[in-house]
Amino acid sequence: MPKYIAKRICLMFVSFFVIMTIYFVLVRLLPNPNVEVQGGYAQQVAEMREAWGYNKPIMVQYGIFLKRVFTEFNWGVTTAIAPKYTSVISIIGQKLPATLLVNILSLVVSIPLGILFGIYAALKKNKWQDQVISVVIMLLISVPSYVYAFLVQYFLGFKLGWFPIVMKSGTDWLSPAMIKSVILPALSLSFGTMAGLMRYTRAELTETLTSEYMLLARTKGLTGAQATMHHALRNAMVPILPMILGEIIGILGGAMIIEQIFAIPGVGKLFVISITVRDYDMFLAIGMFYTFIGLAAGILTDISYGFIDPRIRMGGGKNNEN
Amino acid sequence: MKIDEISKIDPKKFTFVQKDSKLHDTKFDTKPIGYFKDAWYRFSRNKGSVIAAVIILCLLIFAIVVPIFSKFNVAYFDTRYSYAMPKSKFLSKFGILDGTKEFKGLNQQSYDYYNAIPGAVTKVYNSYEVTDSGRTNTYYDIRMDSYAKVGFATLTLTKDEYEKLVAYEKETGTQVVYPIVDKKKISSPSYETDVNVWYKHDTKGKAKLDDNGNYINIFQTATEDNISTGNFMTVNNDGTLNDQGEYTVKRYITKNDGNTYEVRALYSEYYKYIHGFEACFLFGVDSFGKDILVCLASGARLSFILAFSVSIINFILGLIYGSIEGYYGGKIDLVMERIVEILYDIPFIVMATLFQIYFARKVGVLPSLLFSFVLTGWIGIAGRTRTQFYRYKGQEYVFAARTLGARDRRIIFRHILPNALGTIITSAVLLIPGVINSESVLSFLGIVSLQTSTTTSVGTMLANGQSTLSTYPHVIFFPALFISLLMICFNMFGNGLRDAFNPSLRGSEG
Repeated sequence: MPKYIAKRICLMFVSFFVIMTIYFVLVRLLPNPNVEVQGGYAQQVAEMREAWGYNKPIMVQYGIFLKRVFTEFNWGVTTAIAPKYTSVISIIGQKLPATLLVNILSLVVSIPLGILFGIYAALKKNKWQDQVISVVIMLLISVPSYVYAFLVQYFLGFKLGWFPIVMKSGTDWLSPAMIKSVILPALSLSFGTMAGLMRYTRAELTETLTSEYMLLARTKGLTGAQATMHHALRNAMVPILPMILGEIIGILGGAMIIEQIFAIPGVGKLFVISITVRDYDMFLAIGMFYTFIGLAAGILTDISYGFIDPRIRMGGGKNNEN
Repeated sequence: MKIDEISKIDPKKFTFVQKDSKLHDTKFDTKPIGYFKDAWYRFSRNKGSVIAAVIILCLLIFAIVVPIFSKFNVAYFDTRYSYAMPKSKFLSKFGILDGTKEFKGLNQQSYDYYNAIPGAVTKVYNSYEVTDSGRTNTYYDIRMDSYAKVGFATLTLTKDEYEKLVAYEKETGTQVVYPIVDKKKISSPSYETDVNVWYKHDTKGKAKLDDNGNYINIFQTATEDNISTGNFMTVNNDGTLNDQGEYTVKRYITKNDGNTYEVRALYSEYYKYIHGFEACFLFGVDSFGKDILVCLASGARLSFILAFSVSIINFILGLIYGSIEGYYGGKIDLVMERIVEILYDIPFIVMATLFQIYFARKVGVLPSLLFSFVLTGWIGIAGRTRTQFYRYKGQEYVFAARTLGARDRRIIFRHILPNALGTIITSAVLLIPGVINSESVLSFLGIVSLQTSTTTSVGTMLANGQSTLSTYPHVIFFPALFISLLMICFNMFGNGLRDAFNPSLRGSEG
């Protein structure tokens, strides 16, 4: 097991490094609006290029960049996003709480509901309740989250006026007014996650309910409820928990489109702004941030399978994901 | 005899065990069912998937046919009809989609304003008085025709155009040109440039009514003398003078040469005269005055073209890559899998953005978008192909083929691929909704700009509609409905396809 984890982490860093190299080279090859100032400032442009180190070979530039990143964790400064020439990391740090707030709230809603409905559907398999839940799952999974965003914004926010239609500004993250203003985005994010969990829980529990150890449990005298609680549910949770873990890591990434619709000052919105105003250092840093989250979520999910389920033996050859 | 000596046996030593004797077990009692026939049989039994497939087909036909047969195109716009409600000539007879919209709490000024426009107010639900700080104001809840609401417009026409218009009026008996309003008689400053105000009103804009409760007009008048000498002419339909012996002015001559006329026309009638049909938009009109129906169909067409191309390219790439991986295995597989892993970890949105900034100006927005979908999109299909190859290459019939001397190419294309194809096709089909969704997200966020004068995309329409979500939800409703319907149907269709090609379910339905 430790060998497997070490191997996975090493591979993760290799991936991370390769992707960072690709990004860096591609981003440096882009025309930089801050260096190529329009209007015949040839002298200034040349000086600026020299000062910013753009005249060095690209691999030397990359070396400098890597040194800065690994020694001081310095990912560069903002060049177009106000306040200018501030550390990119500090700006991302400022935007992270809003993203986290919305996404944590959405998980708080979706995880319990998703699992509960999934269990209910599995217990009522092939009855009308199950059919209804299956249809709902199909609808919730298919329809994109921004359509829900429009729906809740229009009906709950505008028609009924229960919640504000955009997020409240300010940094009082846990005040009741702030929580109230992020309910709509959290809700529109949660539908998809909820449906995914419902489907997964239903499938897993149906499988464990029909397994032979359930028959054994009933034979040795347990009631249906006891057997379900102690044997079926526990075993069904084995693949579900890693999935939830992956979701929790994934919340750091947030959802750009939801942040755009509800005017949430989060990382996703920052990313979109960095594209429109061509702030390349910011773009690179957030791109790597997303990459890291993706990698970390994957690795944590895989490793947690081994911890949660002792039956799974790892490290032997290829992992059978496809 | 050693195993490698088998090939050295003299061919002449071989004899047939049985050549002419009859074999009894070669003939099937029933007709054999082929792989695809079997899949089709199982797919057609899944009602939900069949319905979903039909709806997808309808959406596809919608996207292809509507831009061809529509009276409008994407480039068409008429800002006067901005935000006009959905209207269908046929359905409006039954009271739905009649292009009307409910307005609540209209004050007296606004009510007078719209009431003066012919046909604008279709229904008054309720009027109530509110007393606020000693003043009593009347408010109205009304239903308004969003097409008639446009009202009058000032048009500048040449002499020829004007004469044609007059001839048209006479021929059809409709009134298009209305008398000009006397600007000096407009009392409210906010109405100074508004040609819809043709009635007597106070400084706040409330209408002053006569004893019978009718509007009093404030048309520009002229006497006999200045008709011929002044810079305007009178044309009165009935040719009568009013009480003071003045004519009502129907057009100005704005240029000294007398060739350019300025007239005040009822826009809905003028529209009918110009286009030959009544303004009527089935899905309504967006903020730019564009027809939502044709924009949505064109956007959908663009999405479908993009999605199908991506799907086909990814299918081919994934198939080749996955086949090589799966068939040869070993070191080749290991190296290729590492490459795939790294590519797979790149967030799509980052790559799409880079390609947009990088290539959009050089090769165009759509090709660079296509390229970013292709860059990592084939990975799923390659993985699936690889799994299928691993599954089939160890099977007895493949060994048999190899023993009979079949080459790699023959084994791949004749023996393994046809069996694996169903599953691979399914995953290629399931790429389509993902591509359409990602494309609309990217254009919604403004990362990809597919909006030009002649093209649009569903995501751009959603982004435009979002700003007026609370006041004019119909602008966003149709694009959102389209994309939701498409996603639901593709999901159901995909599930059906997956089950149909799943060999473990073969024959389970009897």
